[in-house]
Amino acid sequence: MIPLSWYLILGAILFAIGVAAFLVKRNIITIFMSIELMLNAVNLTFVAFASHWHQVSGQVFVFFVMVVAAAEAAVGLAIVLAVFRTRETLNVDYVNLLKL
Amino acid sequence: MLHTILFLIFGGICVAGALNFLLQRHPVNSALSLIVVMGSLALLFLLLGAEFVAAVQVIVYAGAVMVLFVFVIMLLNAGEEERTRGNKVALSLGVPGLVVFFGLMCWTLSAAHSQLGRLQIGDYYVPTTDLGIALFREFLLPFEVTSVLILIAIMGAVVLARREQQ
Repeated sequence: MIPLSWYLILGAILFAIGVAAFLVKRNIITIFMSIELMLNAVNLTFVAFASHWHQVSGQVFVFFVMVVAAAEAAVGLAIVLAVFRTRETLNVDYVNLLKL
Repeated sequence: MLHTILFLIFGGICVAGALNFLLQRHPVNSALSLIVVMGSLALLFLLLGAEFVAAVQVIVYAGAVMVLFVFVIMLLNAGEEERTRGNKVALSLGVPGLVVFFGLMCWTLSAAHSQLGRLQIGDYYVPTTDLGIALFREFLLPFEVTSVLILIAIMGAVVLARREQQ
């Protein structure tokens, strides 16, 4: 029997680490992965609240978040491939122009 | 008691994996520690009685999405990240903002601690049937819209990743 707020604080910690990684990391793929970490933290909060209020809709929302994350990963990694093909680098600091 | 021990073990693994993700310099190491985080999150979902979500978390997230990431890292031969200066504004505004966000979050949660109540293991358990009924009745329209979104994402990925033909 543990308080609900423990789960919420764990979710907040994971989200904060995701934001920190997003700010600190310089590799474009790692930045994408930190977005996935933030989405996972939100999923944990959704499931904890679903369990607290005995509502199934919280868990259904997790599926939608997962679908959006999968779509985002597919499109994002395709963009990363295209960027690498033209720039030959993965460092976001060297990708600062829209045109070639 | 059991719930507390299991929560502390898997929550600790989650936080340790996330910190390792933050501190590692090589993208493959970061990806593997993210898989650890996702696996232990799946176990936390099991503790919360969401068994189907836990299974989907392992199959879709730790399986499909992370395999895609590792595949792209190996395809692009990504080495250790180089230290560049980065954006001054992002660091000087982002880090204090992050600290304020996290502090506010913890303060709010500890203030509402007594009203939020407690969770018991096995108190709420969702059979997959209930989930399916909710998904195909209440959430039918969002479900269909999501399938269109996935279709568009697939086509976008194919178009973006295609090599230009001369």
